[in-house]
Amino acid sequence: MALRVGCASPPGRALENKTGAWRVFKPVFEPEKCSKCGMCAMVCPEGCVRETEEGTFEPDLDYCKGCGICEEVCPKKSIRMEKEEK
Amino acid sequence: MLEFMEGSHAVAEIVKRCRPQVIAAYPITPQTHIVEDLAQMVANCELDAEYITVESEFSALSACLGASAAGSRVYSATTSQGLALMFEVCFNAAGMRQPIVMTIANRSLGAPLSIWNDQQDSISLRDSGWLQFYAEDNQEAADLHMIAYKVCEDHDILLPAFVCFDGFILSHTYEPVALPTQEEVDAYLPAFNPYQRLDAEAPLSFGMYATPEYYTEFRYEIDQAQYRAKEAFVKAGREFGEQFGRDYSALVEGYRLDDADTALVAMGSICGTAKDAVDEMRDAGKKVGLLNIRMFRPFPAPEIADALKGVSTVAVLDKNISLGSGGAVGTEVKAALSGSNQAVYDYIIALGGRDVRKRDIAAVVDLAEKGKGDMFYGLRTEVL
Repeated sequence: MALRVGCASPPGRALENKTGAWRVFKPVFEPEKCSKCGMCAMVCPEGCVRETEEGTFEPDLDYCKGCGICEEVCPKKSIRMEKEEK
Repeated sequence: MLEFMEGSHAVAEIVKRCRPQVIAAYPITPQTHIVEDLAQMVANCELDAEYITVESEFSALSACLGASAAGSRVYSATTSQGLALMFEVCFNAAGMRQPIVMTIANRSLGAPLSIWNDQQDSISLRDSGWLQFYAEDNQEAADLHMIAYKVCEDHDILLPAFVCFDGFILSHTYEPVALPTQEEVDAYLPAFNPYQRLDAEAPLSFGMYATPEYYTEFRYEIDQAQYRAKEAFVKAGREFGEQFGRDYSALVEGYRLDDADTALVAMGSICGTAKDAVDEMRDAGKKVGLLNIRMFRPFPAPEIADALKGVSTVAVLDKNISLGSGGAVGTEVKAALSGSNQAVYDYIIALGGRDVRKRDIAAVVDLAEKGKGDMFYGLRTEVL
């Protein structure tokens, strides 16, 4: 990407900023335990937990910063945080 | 035609003729008269500009930044604590590459509170990305505004600039000034042609987030634009000379330097006193000259080295201090002359409005020639 004067950019460019690179722990979702309540998607500060066709949920690891709030709120303990080796 | 007027009024009159579309400023001594005059011009419909009254300097420059991004030629003025309050916005304005021109009526910074002149305020923003020009007298202060707009708005530059003139010593002093007519200014300075601007039809955000993969390159580009501003200033200064008869193409200007053994180096109004002091020392047979630094950012290091190459001793007059390190100008002049065999000494002088007379300049030259320097000049040890 060539730099644009003044770091000016049109809308939507935040998508290029893959904040997933900041992560130390990654969330691992276990859909078989999921009650489909959607709390994980609601509390995600990055808005990067999405619903699957089955009605369960999965994180977008391109943007997940690994904060672990989804793990904290999950009533079924179907999300666990794992140290990620890069 | 020369007219006798206050420095602040001369600046306001020339700014009016530069046709800023948006002015946002907050009054602070000794800058107040400039923005007071401009407010009156807008109220009297002599100047077709939006004058935004704000609650602080932070807001003043923020309003200017937004208006500039929206495609307007903008203007502000401040000094001292007001400039300190703009610190964050200054870095953003440079990073967003907005060609804002702002007058600095140079004043010391507190504490202790002082309304009087030195150059600590603008010097303290030397790393912000703003171009910095220093005027020796009110004619130059007025003229530099036209040059500043021309340089800043050049699409190869796109940086903001401080036009600095010494508070009270120039801002409140009456001098003869030649003011060009509106038609003459229009012929020199065309209407603002923004490189890019906020537009609801084609939305843009300015100064967006840069990850570690890009931040360094953005900073590099600002730095490169700073260096390009030297050439743009030379060109704009030469064109000014061709049109108005006053040539500003020199980034640094020597005075009786040709066969000098010792050179004074200074910025701003102190150069006027120093020229008289040089004349007296020359009459007494001393080979002394002066180098006036007109442009402090970008720093004209090669031009300074070239102008001083014949002298053996250099005495830098610094109306500022980087506490714990020495004067900012002296430090950079020493860097510019590193590797030469010249003796370079720095003198912290004229802080907080302390008067400098010809005899003080002569005393500095004596100290330098005796190898004494890198010191506060005229320190009143009896009160310590």
